[in-house]
Amino acid sequence: MSHATSTTPARDFTLYGETFSSRFLLGTALYSSPQLMRDSITQSRCEIVTLGLRRQNPANRDGDAIWRYIQESGCRLLPNTAGCKSVKEAVTLAEMSREIFNTDWIKLEVVGDDYNLQPDPFGLVEASEILIKKGFKVLPYCTDDLILCKRLVDVGCEVLMPWGAPIGTGQGLLNRYSLRSLRERIKDVPMIIDAGLGAPSQAAEAMEMGFDGILLNTAVAKAHNPPLMAEAFADAIDAGRKAFKAGLMQKRQTASPSTPTVGQPFWHQQ
Amino acid sequence: MIQVSVNNEIKSIAPATRLSDALQDWGYGDSKIAVAINQEFVPRSSYVERALSNNDQIDIVRPVGGG
Repeated sequence: MSHATSTTPARDFTLYGETFSSRFLLGTALYSSPQLMRDSITQSRCEIVTLGLRRQNPANRDGDAIWRYIQESGCRLLPNTAGCKSVKEAVTLAEMSREIFNTDWIKLEVVGDDYNLQPDPFGLVEASEILIKKGFKVLPYCTDDLILCKRLVDVGCEVLMPWGAPIGTGQGLLNRYSLRSLRERIKDVPMIIDAGLGAPSQAAEAMEMGFDGILLNTAVAKAHNPPLMAEAFADAIDAGRKAFKAGLMQKRQTASPSTPTVGQPFWHQQ
Repeated sequence: MIQVSVNNEIKSIAPATRLSDALQDWGYGDSKIAVAINQEFVPRSSYVERALSNNDQIDIVRPVGGG
């Protein structure tokens, strides 16, 4: 095997029939300038970016540069329904997104609680079912609840996006037990850890656990050097994926020497 | 005149004004936008024929960065 083969990411990340080589999905909000967002997208090596729709005064052209840079990136667009608190709001915003961005992909968010922005599981299932019947490809932002994830798959979601922690907290993987159970029980549906990660090491851990991808925004956008942090996350995600494919060793309770004990000098039978 | 709410701002317009004309008047003529009226999505193809009614709640959105 050549070195080039072993270091080039495989194009084996499939979402709704489309394949990608990057397993990093990056958000486009919260950057201090559109240029930093553009440079972060470049350094992240991502192929999918999230974006949103909001009311704006027609005289306000602040969003034009962001939109232009996103288009120039060539990334696949994954619009969201961020902030929607009801099924009706989420479905309507998804329809608006489909028209404006010309894609049937939607990152479905139905907020159930303002304090931690926890997804509403009941609204999420109902909205997913409606949108899938309307021809959408739904990527639901959900909790790590196994039954919720099963219901989302039942109604036709081909990708799941469980949270690591509440949006914007940078807390990392708060519930490892649930996440491991989820991965073990739902093996054949791509799962992307979405939100709550603050450090590349946390992304690497999620990938080592067997998750298929990482979606985040704040941890990059709010770093002192967002493009560099984007690159750090990209490297960590690649490393975690390689580690998962390589297979981690089993943990042991007691020490076991790595250097051979046979031939140990200075040891003499008494 | 009738009154409609545009992104939560009250505006007065002539009865039966077409959505396409109203969007031009409000400065959205050349913008990349999507529209909902009373929380129902309105496809771009129907802007010309859609007549606005009194108390319509109109949402006009544009692309922004998002997570």
